[in-house]
Amino acid sequence: MNQTVTKASAVISPLGDSALVITFGDSIQYDIHKQIKTYKDSIELNPFPGFVECVPAFTNLTIFYNPPEVVAAVGKKQKKEFVSPFEVVSSIIQSKLENEQTEKELNHRTVSIPVCYGGEYGPDLEYVARHHNITPEEVISIHSEGEYLAYMIGFAPGFPFLGGLSEKIATPRRPSPRTSIPAGSVGIAGMQTGVYPISTPGGWQLIGQTPIKLFLPEQNPPSLLQAGDIVKFKPISKEEYQELQAKEGEK
Amino acid sequence: MSIRVNKAGLLTSIQDLGRRGFQQHGVIISGAMDSYSLRIANLLVGNDEKEAGLEVTLMGPTLEIESDCLVAITGGDLTPSVNGKPVPMWKPLFIPKGSTLSFGPCKTGCRSYLSVAGGFSIDEVLNSKSTYLRGEIGGYKGRALQTDDVLPLSAPAASKPAFLSNELINGVYTSSWSVNYKEFVHFTKKPSVRVMNGSQFDLFTAESKSHFMKEPFKVSNQSDRMGYRMDGPSLQLQEKKELLSEAVSQGSVQVPPDGNPIILLADRQTTGGYPKIAQVITADLPLLAQIKPGESIYFSHILLHEAEKIYLEKEQLLQELKIAINLASTK
Repeated sequence: MNQTVTKASAVISPLGDSALVITFGDSIQYDIHKQIKTYKDSIELNPFPGFVECVPAFTNLTIFYNPPEVVAAVGKKQKKEFVSPFEVVSSIIQSKLENEQTEKELNHRTVSIPVCYGGEYGPDLEYVARHHNITPEEVISIHSEGEYLAYMIGFAPGFPFLGGLSEKIATPRRPSPRTSIPAGSVGIAGMQTGVYPISTPGGWQLIGQTPIKLFLPEQNPPSLLQAGDIVKFKPISKEEYQELQAKEGEK
Repeated sequence: MSIRVNKAGLLTSIQDLGRRGFQQHGVIISGAMDSYSLRIANLLVGNDEKEAGLEVTLMGPTLEIESDCLVAITGGDLTPSVNGKPVPMWKPLFIPKGSTLSFGPCKTGCRSYLSVAGGFSIDEVLNSKSTYLRGEIGGYKGRALQTDDVLPLSAPAASKPAFLSNELINGVYTSSWSVNYKEFVHFTKKPSVRVMNGSQFDLFTAESKSHFMKEPFKVSNQSDRMGYRMDGPSLQLQEKKELLSEAVSQGSVQVPPDGNPIILLADRQTTGGYPKIAQVITADLPLLAQIKPGESIYFSHILLHEAEKIYLEKEQLLQELKIAINLASTK
């Protein structure tokens, strides 16, 4: 396996012939998130020739590149021998990693998401409450008091993987997934919580629904949430839900 | 200028080279499954290779050509015909207004590409005309084509290569030359797909690793543009391990707990949490795209540098093809 360990103790490894992964650790930690966010911003601000895009995850950052463009940017002298696009990009990344400062604090944007909990909007609220021997009201207050960090967006367009759920309401996935979950559904899976931006099959416990659109294909960026955002859930009534939904529909 | 859909076929959608740059927002890339065939179809009609064309799957559509147009059909041989008479593939075709273009049985592969000079006049969503079926965006109303859809065409640029040599085949004007597609897409009975080790290759048992490289795997009927599910020897990890989700790419071979590998393709999700045993090299993705459910493939191992060499050589060949087509159509 072609792997390089950098000074910053990150490991660079290939993902096929047109992407590489920079791994900063192996568990979900704020410090690792901070490093990933810092490098991502730095690479996007000063992209190397052939850079296509990058995707942050819990413990690593994947960089996609265009091999012919990477090679084209290499000096003519070197081109007489075989130039490996992976090696070219790795060495660029390595020198970036060595010069990057991760001391500074991150600026997190806070996004408030209104949620109508329970009833038809949250069919599993009662189950989650029973599972922990508490009332549905307590589940709502614990869920909406929390502050959640969006570590990554994936699975579906705009779907945030949120960390920071209280153990008091952490609940395993449903034994068999629902074949279709309505867009806007707010769910819990183990220690994670998240919002389904588009209607998809899924196995999370659904406790509420937001009228806000998380996937905005007509906008750039097309996702309401970005990795690094802090998310807060605000309980709303059924009437407020319907009012907001009508407003969203007009957009 | 337009093309009308008289019959939609099994799955016909508008695809270009994909929606890049939005994966960090969870937006999948989509795009042509067999990108070499789409790129060549575009070059044959004087388009930019990134232009959108029609991706036609297994049972093709019946299309009414409502204005004179220059088209090219590439990819799998789904026996295209104009007004009931077979027409050649891998070369430009001049189809007169009022003709009916249809497809028949699959002779080779399972996906054909149709490019039209000027391209389809369709708005881009997030910098791409590709149809993202599940997200219902891009392409024609975010969906596969249906009967009675009318696809508007853009006028070809005046500077684009004129159509020359005017050989008449079955009522359709065409060129005397065609592309030697075997350099880019090949059709064989027992395809072998080249793979590199995946990020979690070492987590698999020795037996699973050896089975993966030696035994045939059958493409299951549950396969689609998102991924090919494969039936073969069950692949197991040395020990059960929960992985965190991370980015995946086209050609990643994931193994879910049931042990049956899934090759992620054009409509794959941006991230995945299953261990990746292998990674199909980019140059072999078009070959994979032409394999039908029920057919079997073998995997063979190669190293990163070989994969990179093959990728760069194919791109060089495509550049040479571009020059050759330009020369052939302007002299």
